[in-house]
Amino acid sequence: MITYFKEHHAEILSWLVSHIWLAAVPVVLGLIIALPIGWLAQRYRWLYAPLVSIAGLLYTIPSIALFVVLPGLLGTKVLDPINVAVALTIYTVALLVRVVADGLASVPDDVAQAATAMGYGRFQRLVAVELPIAVPVIAAGLRVAAVSNVSLVAVAATIGVPELGQLFTNGFQLSYFPPILIGIVLCVALALVFDTVIVLVTRMLTPWRRAVQPS
Amino acid sequence: MIRFESVSKKYPDGTVAVDELSVIAPSGQITVFVGPSGCGKTTSLRMINRMIEPTSGQIWLDDKDTAGFSAAELRRGIGYVIQHAGLFPHRTVMDNVATVPLLLGQGKREARARAMELLERVGLDAKFAKRYPAQLSGGQQQRVGVARALAADPPVMLMDEPFSAVDPVVRHDLQEEFLRLQGELGKTIVFVTHDIDEAVKLGDQVAVMRVGGKLAQLAPPAELLTAPADAFVAGFVGRDRGYRALAFEPAGALPTHDEPTVVLGSDVSAAPDGWVLVVDDQRQPQGWLDTANTPAGKVGQEQLHRGGTLATHSGSLRAALDAALSSPSGRGVVVDDAGRLIGSVTTAEVVELIEDHATKSRASQSPAGAGT
Repeated sequence: MITYFKEHHAEILSWLVSHIWLAAVPVVLGLIIALPIGWLAQRYRWLYAPLVSIAGLLYTIPSIALFVVLPGLLGTKVLDPINVAVALTIYTVALLVRVVADGLASVPDDVAQAATAMGYGRFQRLVAVELPIAVPVIAAGLRVAAVSNVSLVAVAATIGVPELGQLFTNGFQLSYFPPILIGIVLCVALALVFDTVIVLVTRMLTPWRRAVQPS
Repeated sequence: MIRFESVSKKYPDGTVAVDELSVIAPSGQITVFVGPSGCGKTTSLRMINRMIEPTSGQIWLDDKDTAGFSAAELRRGIGYVIQHAGLFPHRTVMDNVATVPLLLGQGKREARARAMELLERVGLDAKFAKRYPAQLSGGQQQRVGVARALAADPPVMLMDEPFSAVDPVVRHDLQEEFLRLQGELGKTIVFVTHDIDEAVKLGDQVAVMRVGGKLAQLAPPAELLTAPADAFVAGFVGRDRGYRALAFEPAGALPTHDEPTVVLGSDVSAAPDGWVLVVDDQRQPQGWLDTANTPAGKVGQEQLHRGGTLATHSGSLRAALDAALSSPSGRGVVVDDAGRLIGSVTTAEVVELIEDHATKSRASQSPAGAGT
């Protein structure tokens, strides 16, 4: 395994870097897109069921199918990494719409009322009061999305997009175990790093959650 | 001044929450809306800052129609306190209080300095400033809620059952504190409660509302107790009206007697009727001593009977009567504003005084004396 890594470390490193990009960028984009949709679902209750169901349905599309169909829809080349980024963004949105809506709904009613009564406009209230209070719920959903993205990116290797998934396809083709093991270790490590980063940022954003009644 | 002019709120399903309400809440006074649930009191309150828009009628703030403002602008000029305080859990106490000044464009440092000043005003130690609301008790949170509503120094305050969610002892403290604060600030306050005792205690005038959003009676508390407008108001105001109305009659010149006393820690000598009043070295009453059943020796705290309440000479007839009724010796203890003993008064003497007041007030209310 170590010999394999030494021989291929330049390749593996470049796969790792593109894997990071392909997993991380969709999380950010997905969150940005899910925020207004989730807000709509929470603001207009009759939209909640349809929006959350449609988002849920998106998640059931097999990733391979999406990787293959997207070039046709977007006019991109089959091997273009953009296809992967778009597909994963769709999955992230699918996961986060419900989470954002539920997070905003978790804001206590009297807190939202007080904000309105003090003269916050609707958008101001969303940014200054509701979103900060929804951070813990949204962050929990974000952790799931980030980790699942890391594994979904690997699937894109089957259509030839270079990232850590290549280690698996190479390993299978050669019936050779070390690259597969390296791939698993790196994917798990990457997922842990993403998860840790989100947890740390959440902690930074929510000092109030650690504040407890002094004894 | 806040003026409701034939204000109604009807919902699309036909429910009438408020029906042709016309009320004036005078400047610098506390107007209490009170009534059973479903009487439209909270709806009425929320129409003032347009959290709810009236279906018809106008609400005037001084001489301006509230419909003429932008809602956010209107609300920033009106303090608002609600039942569970509704503090922002993600902001420190200080930043909660600074909210409206910041919204109005004040600098951060200035707004925080103002917040610290207000925390002190509502009786909260500066050490709470950096804490989060979850670290405070319900009573402390409510104080922060009041401070937050006062932060931009709005002339008008709306309070929706602000003291209902705390225990009775804390509620009493908050009410006293609130009256003290209002004495200093003189805001125009509209206060909503379902508790008639709270209404009568806090209100300069009380608007009793009935289910269906109709005003049943608008009167100062004493009048509400002595002259309920109809059976509904009488029923709502409840039992013991006659006794409770005494709270609004100043005791005035109580005919006090000198009361022999024993200073705490000195030797006891038997009193003629067995009871002797024990005071401390400041002449502040501590309790009664039953000399007939106390061994000779020095008077200690643990021997005292503490059943008697104290009446203040500047207080009400209710307090005076209660002091006399609750005293084990039958002599009610009267003190001055500093809590020092003035003398004692008997139940019969207080009742005589009550009779006296009642006779005078009947005379002024008789048809011959009408027209005021």
